[in-house]
Amino acid sequence: MSVITYRQALRDTLRAEMHRDENVFLLGEEIGVFEGSYKITEGLLKEFGERRVRDTPIAEEGFVGAAIGAAMLGLRPVVEIMTINFSLIAIDQIINHAAKIYGMFGGQTSVPMVIRTPGGGGQQLGATHSQNIELFYSFIPGLKVLAPSTPAEAASMLRAAIRDDDPVLFLENLGLYNTKGEVPDGDESVAEIGRAAVTREGTDITLIGYSRMAMVAGQVAEKLAAEGISVEVVDLRSLRPLDRDTIVESVRKTGCAVVAEDDWLTYGIGAEIAASIQEGAFDYLDAPVRRVAMAEVPMPYAKPLETAALPSIDSITTAVKETLSAVGRRVG
Amino acid sequence: MADTAKPKGGGTARSTGGRRRSRKDTAPNIADEQPKTLLDYYRQMLLIRRFEERTAQAYTQARIGGYCHLNLGEEATIVGLMTALQERDYLFTNYREHGYAIGKGISPRSVMAELYGRSTGVSKGWGGSMHMFDTQTRMLGGYGIVGGQLPLATGAALAISYRGGDEVVMCQMGDGTTNIGAFHESLNIAALWNLPIVFVVVNNFTGMGTTVEKSSAEPELYKRGSSYRMEGVRVDGQDVLAVRDAATDLVERARAEQKPFLLEAISYRMKGHSVVDPAKYRTAEQAEEAKANDPVLAFERQLEEAGILTEEIKQEIADSVRDEVTDAADFAENSPHPEVSTLFDYTYATPVPNESRRMPADPVFAE
Ligand SMILES: Cc1ncc(C[n+]2csc(CCOP(=O)(O)OP(=O)(O)O)c2C)c(N)n1
Repeated sequence: MSVITYRQALRDTLRAEMHRDENVFLLGEEIGVFEGSYKITEGLLKEFGERRVRDTPIAEEGFVGAAIGAAMLGLRPVVEIMTINFSLIAIDQIINHAAKIYGMFGGQTSVPMVIRTPGGGGQQLGATHSQNIELFYSFIPGLKVLAPSTPAEAASMLRAAIRDDDPVLFLENLGLYNTKGEVPDGDESVAEIGRAAVTREGTDITLIGYSRMAMVAGQVAEKLAAEGISVEVVDLRSLRPLDRDTIVESVRKTGCAVVAEDDWLTYGIGAEIAASIQEGAFDYLDAPVRRVAMAEVPMPYAKPLETAALPSIDSITTAVKETLSAVGRRVG
Repeated sequence: MADTAKPKGGGTARSTGGRRRSRKDTAPNIADEQPKTLLDYYRQMLLIRRFEERTAQAYTQARIGGYCHLNLGEEATIVGLMTALQERDYLFTNYREHGYAIGKGISPRSVMAELYGRSTGVSKGWGGSMHMFDTQTRMLGGYGIVGGQLPLATGAALAISYRGGDEVVMCQMGDGTTNIGAFHESLNIAALWNLPIVFVVVNNFTGMGTTVEKSSAEPELYKRGSSYRMEGVRVDGQDVLAVRDAATDLVERARAEQKPFLLEAISYRMKGHSVVDPAKYRTAEQAEEAKANDPVLAFERQLEEAGILTEEIKQEIADSVRDEVTDAADFAENSPHPEVSTLFDYTYATPVPNESRRMPADPVFAE
């Protein structure tokens, strides 16, 4: 076992996959000479050269589309979009093209590509740079959307994404890049896409999150354990496909649930989770499913406003405790 | 001295009569200028320089958050461009815009307070470094999405043209922005509809670390307008007078002839892409070159040699600029943060029922 950062896990995996398969290559803004806005591709230009680590112009629609085209001919591009906010420039190529080509042409050609991009907030980046819009992609049949929360998951899920024959949106998070976790030495594991995981067992309540919110959910569970509350944490890991069985199974056991999400509430990822729970665990529910999400505003720059607008350990804790008291159980 | 790229076929002959020096073959000469004017430019340039240095300092002291891109090295370009605009003209920029905001007439206090995220900031603390906006001075925004300002600026020019107004829009951007679709779509629309707008590319040779040669198939950026039969001009962005003249010429022609232009100003970014970027990818020579091309120092030397900037005046200006920047920082520091109760004030301009005003921990249905 080594303890490495989420960033390092991504970098090591990209590097190993490039060694393993000549068809794997990287493209994106500032990934070569600048070594990546968030330094995920540090050293890779030096090691692999310009053919396989391509700095692109600032032209998201153009280079994401070019990656799709290259994938149609069998290459396996891994595109970096600097943050998910800028994917909006490329959304036509992703949704109208990458997600459609396999089906629209009767399954004749697949699009084996990965789009790596971080979401995240809480860094005072303002309205256009603080959005968590993974929902847009999770909504689309034909795309797969992964959202790892730990270094080990980041590695095994990136491996899976690169080896998968469909377009995968691989959601990273600015708030996770520096987090550390254990990764087995010489790890070659390939995650199964479309599986959630129970990352902490508990009996009182199910707390569901993904990406950074899965980590925060773990912290909330840890904190509440000290108060004698047993929280089961479900890390969604895959937003599309969505592993409803794992969620529902957990809620059938605990009888209540809270969803922690970094996006907006109305129509957000949590809405789908809550709908699935009521359908799959209706008879087991002892309280309404609560969602903790961003306040529904264009995110302000000013720190106190931003802090208030974002879900936090405190707001999630409040929702968990209120849910438990609605159930009529002890609240520590 | 300005290079021009004339559109093939559709180019109108340019009248130069009565316009300032811009069509002369030699660089503008400070001997032709009023000393007072020159000293005013110098002071404005120095103000931006000191303001940005103070900004960098406040950023490292965690007084300022988010991304923070500075105008260090672009002072001559900014002052030249802003001098060319009339008060009634509109300005759109990218996120590297503190100096432009000041140059367009916003007080350094309001700009600094915005950087500090205070309610006295020009965007009330909602925008931050990348999003200075002020209807009063017609600075219609810094924009953080590369290329985002181009269609908007084009639309503002459309509104002017629609109403038969005589204002002009200036739309600033970086070199890297000429590669995004919005650049080409906007130039085409502006040319097609004869809109009074001057697109200005500040070419500092790099996006973040990617050079112009590596990102633009036509690296002579002022020529990129020719696909739209739009006249393009390149100017030395380190020379405040040259920038002023070239920009004035194009702004006034856009006003008189109702058509768009493209201006490229060659400039140097003295530091990294943003405050936190150590610019390790830059070679020592490149860093030296930027330093050697410091527009503030160059202008200072020029004015000193011409006997316009005496030791005494220099000290006076330095003192007053220092005081103004200190005052701006003090003002920002002592201003209040926006109240959390204002969080939902600006989601919609027209109030409607059922708008969500829910804080993260609030249930959807309150008891
Ligand atoms: C659509 C979009 N893609 C990427 C980014 C990230 N980004 C911010 S600034 C920048 C470089 C822009 O370079 P240039 O246009 O030359 O302007 P400069 O920073 O040099 O003023 C990039 C890639 C962004 N903000 N928006």
